[in-house]
Amino acid sequence: MMTVYLLFIFVLAIFLGFELISKVPSILHTPLMSAANAISGITLIGALASMQTSHHGFTAFLGTLAVVLATINVVGGYAVTDRMLHMFKRKDKGGAQ
Amino acid sequence: MSLDQVGINFVYVVSAALFVFGLKMLGSPATARRGNLVSAVGMLIAIVATLLAQGLDYRWILIGMVIGSLLGMAGAYFVRMTAMPEMVALFNGFGGLASLLLAWSEYHQHPAMTPFIVSVTALSVFIGGVTFSGSMVAFGKLSGTIMQKAVVFKGQHLINGALLLAAAGASGLLYLRPDSVVGYLVFLVIVLVSLAFGVTSTIPIGGADMPVVISLLNSYSGLAACAAGFVVSNNILIVAGALVGASGIILTRIMCKAMNRSLANVLFSGFGTTTAKAQGEGGSQGEIKPASAEDVYYILEAADSVAIVPGYGLAVAQAQHVVKELGDLLEANGTEVVYAIHPVAGRMPGHMNVLLAEANVPYDQLVEMDDINPRMDGIDVCVVIGANDVVNPAAVFEEKSPIYGMPIIETFRAKTVIVLKRSMSPGFAGIENALFFRENTRMYFGDAKASIQALVAEFKEGK
Repeated sequence: MMTVYLLFIFVLAIFLGFELISKVPSILHTPLMSAANAISGITLIGALASMQTSHHGFTAFLGTLAVVLATINVVGGYAVTDRMLHMFKRKDKGGAQ
Repeated sequence: MSLDQVGINFVYVVSAALFVFGLKMLGSPATARRGNLVSAVGMLIAIVATLLAQGLDYRWILIGMVIGSLLGMAGAYFVRMTAMPEMVALFNGFGGLASLLLAWSEYHQHPAMTPFIVSVTALSVFIGGVTFSGSMVAFGKLSGTIMQKAVVFKGQHLINGALLLAAAGASGLLYLRPDSVVGYLVFLVIVLVSLAFGVTSTIPIGGADMPVVISLLNSYSGLAACAAGFVVSNNILIVAGALVGASGIILTRIMCKAMNRSLANVLFSGFGTTTAKAQGEGGSQGEIKPASAEDVYYILEAADSVAIVPGYGLAVAQAQHVVKELGDLLEANGTEVVYAIHPVAGRMPGHMNVLLAEANVPYDQLVEMDDINPRMDGIDVCVVIGANDVVNPAAVFEEKSPIYGMPIIETFRAKTVIVLKRSMSPGFAGIENALFFRENTRMYFGDAKASIQALVAEFKEGK
């Protein structure tokens, strides 16, 4: 039953994703991709939950490496997206300097 | 304070909603920055809730998160905007590898998996591995450390097919005996095969097709997170991964459409390895009419509306700031200036817009191809800078041309076209451009940056 429930969520999320993303204008596609990088760092949640105190050695190594990589994506992705979006300005506000 | 599973999952519902709101706000440049923040808050509360669970080993978590944050911040802060495609390629790869490692860690801890979990573990490892090694190849091609041209060799499709079969076979074996030494070895085979497949499936794709490849890998990195979500039965991974997966698929489709090619054609054909000789009728193309800085100045000075059509050559020449300066001078002269941007201009979706935004071009002057083409007849002058294939009229007129049918910015319909170009060499796709020989075209040869600087100087003198 759990499996069916997870698949259910997956299918709905895919459709929701299509609806949302097709509304993003092409001028924002690069920030969209870096934001997607940040969101795909969601693996961090799984990696954190897997870091149980009962684990040692190789498991802890795999988990820590996954935490490092996913954190790079989350932090770097959101930060660089913010940096980019900060540069998009309207004409009346500081367009010409 | 510690949270139980129900509490944690409740927080995940909130963060999923914030991801959705964040993406919705990315729908307009006015709200996009806040949208990104909303999405980041969603991520933050999910992380905090997860950390409140009992029995976590905070030592390694802290070390991992500190290292990751420092590297992420440094990358985000120092990356040049021209290098965004490389950055996104790297991030795609990290996302894929993180999902592979998570699935590996799960398998290492509990090898006696149920059949469904075995299947999604194999899938997570495979997608994650392909995403990682494929992204590293894409990164190498984009940064120029490895050959940008498509690498095509005999039997390539056979090798790719064999690798896919090997992955499927190994997954089947793993399915039968997950909790045995053989099972573990088979698992490692899946890891290696996925890494190999990522390389062999990305090297035949040429530098010009990189926008498609990084969009596709972006999608894979989301799907890998999704598969990892099934492995650990975590719904926030599934929701967020699916959103990213859908985003990458849409971008891939837009890029393919903008090049009038199918995804299969991009992935398998090795486009750009042969220099196509278009215009088979021979040298009846007419004459090239070169123009000097002064000539161009007089044309621009008299224009009421100017559309600047930038391509990646503009970024290579680091000319975006002088272009903006020229645009300002034209506007001060009473000319309407817009920047017409083709979907595949630059090296990733939307890249050119970011480069121009960095040079302080306001986003209301950035116009999409579908908005500029209908009013092209009313434009006095088109200035093409560092773009080639995306303005090639062969895409409209030459049925035999390899790019026939590709949507282009129809600059040839403007009253005058000025093409800034270093030399007469053909573009990325290796196709000659009939635009250069048309009656209303003037060629302004030279380095893009120096040429525009010369124009700026002319304007300043003319006042």
